[in-house]
Amino acid sequence: MTGVEGFIYPNEIELQWSLLIVLYPFITGLVAGAFILASLERVFNVQAVKPTYRLALLTALAFLLVAPLPLQLHLGHPERSLEMYLTPHTTSAMAMFGFVYLWYLMVVLVLEIWLDYRKEIVLKWRASQGWLRVVYGAMALWSDNIGDSALKLDDRIGKTLTVIGIPSAFLLHGYVGFIFGSIKANPWWSTPLMPIVFLFSAITSGIACILLLYFVTCWYRKVTVDMRCVDTVSKYLFYAFVVDFTLEMVDLIQRIYVSDESFRALDFMVKTRLFTSQIVVQILVGTVLPIVMLGVTQLVRMKEAARRAIYVMAGTLTLIGIFAMRWNVVIGGQLFSKSFLGYTSYKMEFATREGLLPSILLMILPFGILWVLIRLLPPWGHDEQPQTKQA
Amino acid sequence: MEPRPSDYRHLVRMAGLFVVGITMFLVLRSIFVPRNYGQFGPYNPGALQQNMDRPVKFAGQALCVVCHSEQADVRAQGRHVKVACESCHGALASHAQADDPAKSKPQKPDPRKTCVICHTASISKPKTFPQVDPAEHAPEGPCTACHVQPHSPKIS
Amino acid sequence: MNQDRRTFLGQTGTFLILSASAALAWEHVLAGTPESAPNYNTKDHWWGMAIDIEKCIGCGTCVRACKTENDVLLEEGNFRTWVERYVVDTADLEHPRVESPNGGYAGFHEREVTGANLKMFFVPKLCNHCERSPCVQVCPVGATFESPDGVVLVDKSYCLGCRYCVQACPYGCRFIDRRTETVDKCSLCYHRITKGLTTACCETCPTGARALADLKDPKDPIHAFLRDHKVQVLKPQMATGSKMYYNGLDGSVR
Repeated sequence: MTGVEGFIYPNEIELQWSLLIVLYPFITGLVAGAFILASLERVFNVQAVKPTYRLALLTALAFLLVAPLPLQLHLGHPERSLEMYLTPHTTSAMAMFGFVYLWYLMVVLVLEIWLDYRKEIVLKWRASQGWLRVVYGAMALWSDNIGDSALKLDDRIGKTLTVIGIPSAFLLHGYVGFIFGSIKANPWWSTPLMPIVFLFSAITSGIACILLLYFVTCWYRKVTVDMRCVDTVSKYLFYAFVVDFTLEMVDLIQRIYVSDESFRALDFMVKTRLFTSQIVVQILVGTVLPIVMLGVTQLVRMKEAARRAIYVMAGTLTLIGIFAMRWNVVIGGQLFSKSFLGYTSYKMEFATREGLLPSILLMILPFGILWVLIRLLPPWGHDEQPQTKQA
Repeated sequence: MEPRPSDYRHLVRMAGLFVVGITMFLVLRSIFVPRNYGQFGPYNPGALQQNMDRPVKFAGQALCVVCHSEQADVRAQGRHVKVACESCHGALASHAQADDPAKSKPQKPDPRKTCVICHTASISKPKTFPQVDPAEHAPEGPCTACHVQPHSPKIS
Repeated sequence: MNQDRRTFLGQTGTFLILSASAALAWEHVLAGTPESAPNYNTKDHWWGMAIDIEKCIGCGTCVRACKTENDVLLEEGNFRTWVERYVVDTADLEHPRVESPNGGYAGFHEREVTGANLKMFFVPKLCNHCERSPCVQVCPVGATFESPDGVVLVDKSYCLGCRYCVQACPYGCRFIDRRTETVDKCSLCYHRITKGLTTACCETCPTGARALADLKDPKDPIHAFLRDHKVQVLKPQMATGSKMYYNGLDGSVR
């Protein structure tokens, strides 16, 4: 048997969950993190991050729409996937997650974006022609009441939604962590810390994603970067990452200290098959380095240009690191045998249904959707004027 | 300024959308959920029948003995008393249930292929189990040259 | 038409359409005639299996019989049951040498083995038909379930192929059948045991190492088996309620 070392149960030869299932927690993590960042402004009145508010909401929506796609591609029978909603098995985290997803998409994100943008939607409805007019009309639900009292009502409801949305975002990605953490058969996954670790790594990745998108959109629009905004966003990124790293280290130290029956097999796996992706990419390059970089900006006064460069680099490394974490959890959890006596390997293909190519396309798709959303509902309101970019 | 009724209009329409969605969900549920789902537990009870309806390939020795009681009696005298007919003769439900079993008589097993499966010596087998090295133990002829009656294989 | 009448008509129309659809939906939900009960009464049985390690000779007849009976692919990774060979150095019980060449399909024929002070034995494995099955717990749609008579079965017409159950099984007994793209596993030959036959593996085991057990039958030999032997289940720490009872299961068995 190729790629097998030691003894594995005969049915374990093939990995069950592929790259697509690595993508899924990564994408939902970005959603949850982006929303948490947006809620900082709305609920906790952190005015500094206001320039990213609408961008974060639209990004969350774009990614949430794409999130089910890797799952559909992976299923043996995607045409039966509606069964999860029609006859959900209530003891299954996966089934109940379908409802958490639906709740989050419809009640939290769609409603909140709709309420926040309603005034602009109605104005655009009145001002546009042809099929665009139909689109905006549908979005407005053909109600054009944007009087003061109506908008105030929207604002109150929107604020309530955001407050509900914060625990919903926690639930959205904490649940994904629970899907893995509740599998007692797999010691790499089975830990009560898993939902919390997933949640904080989600927050970290979401904040990093919005930070980078903000830089990209400013560059594209030739607008000055609001330094107070990126300084604050990076500060939150730093703190979220520190908490995330601490939690992961707590898990690791506990495992090493307690050293239960699975430890020897897992330790060997980390030192050999998972060395590059876990030690090098996830921990050193993807976590320690960006934390140090961001920490330096917190402690040392630096010029704006230098800070911007560090934020961009740290944000990129963060995303790489969090992706590697998802890879190490999902793929790593399947590389070792449940007999703890052997290992198999992941044979990733390129142009098959679960291969690299669809994964790359699925990661590009949300940006395409985001582009459409930004065109339809520009996140940059009337209060911001484009300025020439300064050095 | 207090919100007027017309200020709620868009919210009512949005709520209406949600009601439509939930209704569609209920309709889909009635169409697609298998009948009596949940009767015995959170599953489709038809699956029990589905699992019962698979074809049987091994007849089970109780059925073999109905016609082949002679061979069963011989077997009862020897050390193969607990070995089922189909362990060596393979899956024979199609023969047992045929309209004319004589027409679908199975082939006699080849001793050099069948007997050796169990009786080839292996260092891991229990020491009390009768096992020989086929390369050394009568390598030329079939096992039945000396163990004439495989159903009761003792050499008398 | 003035605004008020238009609004009124619109609202009435919407109300009527919604009520009609709701009524239609409710009727569908309530309708449906009950299925006729099958002849076999599930309440009279509680299935398990008695496996005697001391009798297993690793011939692999059970593996071949299962593949024949249940139309399982002969490829690797498709095993409803399999046999493992353990070579245990008595000085190092925690690290046995284990192998299962093609699941034991062609038996085991090693003449020699390296090392001294070894003990060797065979362990047949299959779905444990757990009473508190983790695979049943995680299935999102109820496509795998425990029947009222204690057999964990798969509904192949309902399974999505999400593979969550394969991840959740501690024993590695589930796999994906690439022909149906659904999960497959030992069904305890449900189609046989409900007709009074025994499973294909128990039928063909030449040494009686495997024996189907009906725990609800007072005359079943399982009761004497459990009473007279020191029995164990696989991975008892998982508390799955496994009903495959092994006699002679060594502590080194994973």
